[in-house]
Amino acid sequence: MLAEYLPTLLFLIVATGIGIALILIGNFLGPKRPSPEKLSPYECGFNAFEDARMQFDVRYYLIAILFIVFDLEIAFVYPWALVFRELGVFGLIEMGVFLALLFIGFIYVWKKGALEWE
Amino acid sequence: MNLLFELPPLPTLRDTMLIVPELMLTLFACAALVVDIALPRGKKSLTAWFCLVGIGFVALALVQQYTLNADKLPVDAFYQMARIDGLSLVFRGIFLLAAALSIVLSVKYLDVENEQRGEYYALILFATTGMMFMAIGSDLISIYIGLELMALTVYVLVGYLKRNERSNEAAMKYFFMGIFSSAVLLYGMSILYGVTGRTNLGQISEAIAGYTQNGQLQGEGDPRMMLILALVLIGAGLLFKIAAVPFHMWAPDAYEGAPTSVTAFMSVGPKAAAYVLLARVLLFGLGPLRDMEGLPGWSIMLGVVAALTMTVGNIGAVTQENIKRMLAYSSIAQAGYIMLGVLAGTQMGYRGVVFHLVIYTLMNTGAFTVIISLHRKGIIGEKVDDLNGLFAKAPGVAVMMLVFMLSLAGIPTTAGFIGKYFLFGSLIQSGKPWMVYLAVIAVVNTAISFYYYARFIRAMFLNPLKEEAPLTLSQPMRVTMAVSAVLVMLFGIYPQPLIKVADLAAKSISTVYAQASGIASN
Amino acid sequence: MTFEQILFILFAGIVVGGAASVLLQRNPLYSAFSLITTFVGLACLYVTLKAQFLGVVQIVVYAGAIMMLFVFVIMLLNIRDEDTAVDPNRFLVYLTIPLGAILLGALLYVVTKVNLAQPTGDEGGTVERIGTNLLTKYLLPFEATSVLILMAVVGALHLAKREKE
Repeated sequence: MLAEYLPTLLFLIVATGIGIALILIGNFLGPKRPSPEKLSPYECGFNAFEDARMQFDVRYYLIAILFIVFDLEIAFVYPWALVFRELGVFGLIEMGVFLALLFIGFIYVWKKGALEWE
Repeated sequence: MNLLFELPPLPTLRDTMLIVPELMLTLFACAALVVDIALPRGKKSLTAWFCLVGIGFVALALVQQYTLNADKLPVDAFYQMARIDGLSLVFRGIFLLAAALSIVLSVKYLDVENEQRGEYYALILFATTGMMFMAIGSDLISIYIGLELMALTVYVLVGYLKRNERSNEAAMKYFFMGIFSSAVLLYGMSILYGVTGRTNLGQISEAIAGYTQNGQLQGEGDPRMMLILALVLIGAGLLFKIAAVPFHMWAPDAYEGAPTSVTAFMSVGPKAAAYVLLARVLLFGLGPLRDMEGLPGWSIMLGVVAALTMTVGNIGAVTQENIKRMLAYSSIAQAGYIMLGVLAGTQMGYRGVVFHLVIYTLMNTGAFTVIISLHRKGIIGEKVDDLNGLFAKAPGVAVMMLVFMLSLAGIPTTAGFIGKYFLFGSLIQSGKPWMVYLAVIAVVNTAISFYYYARFIRAMFLNPLKEEAPLTLSQPMRVTMAVSAVLVMLFGIYPQPLIKVADLAAKSISTVYAQASGIASN
Repeated sequence: MTFEQILFILFAGIVVGGAASVLLQRNPLYSAFSLITTFVGLACLYVTLKAQFLGVVQIVVYAGAIMMLFVFVIMLLNIRDEDTAVDPNRFLVYLTIPLGAILLGALLYVVTKVNLAQPTGDEGGTVERIGTNLLTKYLLPFEATSVLILMAVVGALHLAKREKE
């Protein structure tokens, strides 16, 4: 059974190999004549305003965590989709309950205004 | 598409009926979220009363479940994922009691903190749902999901006052320690699964018992070392949730920093839930590992932990000035006493565990209600000195606090004494010398505890009044406090009704445990 | 050495190497990226153990979503080099080495002592099998999971949401 994954493994090896090779070739063959101008961050012609590492707003975090929740949901829905016919109505109800609870969460998040970018 | 394997039989309506209390509680928690959205600002405390009504209905469903199944217990549901027996029935009752009491005392506290919000009560219900799943769970997977549902909710509740630095710090500490302990627990569970190939506790017990027959190891290799490793890891994870020494370091910080209403909740509900897990896993799943020839079983490990927990808890409490910290150490010590009943392994011991947990829920939330009443706008009210002269100002409250303190100390005629009598007595009854020594340690510890419980009493009755501002007490708080105090006194004089309830749970443990050890000794 | 053993050593090496890199990096962002390596290695190990679905979920959920959250949090905190000062309790770090060694030793000792049962059958964790089990045998924990997720949404919203006033 593992043999079925041989192409995948080969693909991984080749992809990693090409990636590493490209970086190495660039490093070894490319001419390097650095100057302070060249090494400064590129920002459309003018000098950089601030450090590139700026603090993120906590609002991104909220969006990220909501994304994860619904991403997780997919991981649960997918296996059900494959045996949907065999489980029939019963499976539909079960999944319905699962999704209904998450739907309440979605409504709650919406009504609380967490999806708005104040 | 045809499946390459057979479809297992589907769960039936009967399975669903057996988890009606959990389903109802989940529904009420979701409905509380909706109610919270619908209510205008300033009316959010109505969610609390809605949740209380919900808890009342769930309690009715629980009683109904008992009356319907009383002669068939234990009943398994959902492919043995859930088990309805005396243990789960009684403990779910304890959780509902803890949740109801803490909701009552939260309303006023959140008003004072100006953080009145509906999701607080919904979160309490979610935590209670998690605990109920823990109580009925008889499979490592369902137990773990329930545990995480409870634990995650309590992390959020500890950090509920997000503008308060102490609350944030407490939540952070508790969260990091908590997820670490969950990881340790999960590691232990995975090893247990790896050795036995089962996740169901009953099947694990059978598999373990099958390794030894007539004292001889069956098959090649000795899986017992691996099982001990799993036992130690699982035990460490669960003892963390109970706040047993040496896994207690988080408790004083988390208890002190958390909103007092949450401290009251987490010192009773989640603690009782962790106890039901400890009982389930050790007695139902790892029963055959209790005592082993030539290797340390869990009874001796738990004995050492219990002795340490009582001693460290009581000595730690003596030097505290902050009431919440003092009660944190006191609850560590109480956890140590309760452990003794699990250790003794007799009907009397299990009865003591349940009896003491019920009483502990009443007296601890009662004591926290008094602390909450000391907390007013601009007054933190968490030092022992803040109790000064309480008797002169509010004699009724002071007398009730006196009852709770005497009961926590275990003075005769209070219910706390009866609980301790069963717990310590079961050890002496067992007749094993080391258990008798343990009982002696417990008695010495009780004597130490008198010192710091007496400090409260001295402050209330003998010291002069310091703060004139009136107490923050709502009418429902007074009523629940009075009912708790009366029950604590009543069960101290006439404990029979509670003993009957406790025996319902105790019997379900001792029958299963007798079967398990029966397999082991064959 | 069989092909499977070679694969195991390769992937286990990636996992352990990634995990070591998480600890050794000074910049928390690099640690987070090293953790992705660990997750990918774990996913490969799952596939060799015939748990293909778990492998895919490991990549989608862990290496994808969870790591994104990690990176968000690191950027949210915006730790600069000067903030990552050495812990004053440096001795604790050295204390972990013998303690970790003891735990590892105990584990190795125990593992060599035990003859673990061989897995029976050639079932594997196909998606169909997981789907059926999830909705029949493990229905209760499955539905409880959705309560857990709902609670997580409510909790995260409360802690991370900014107040209006």
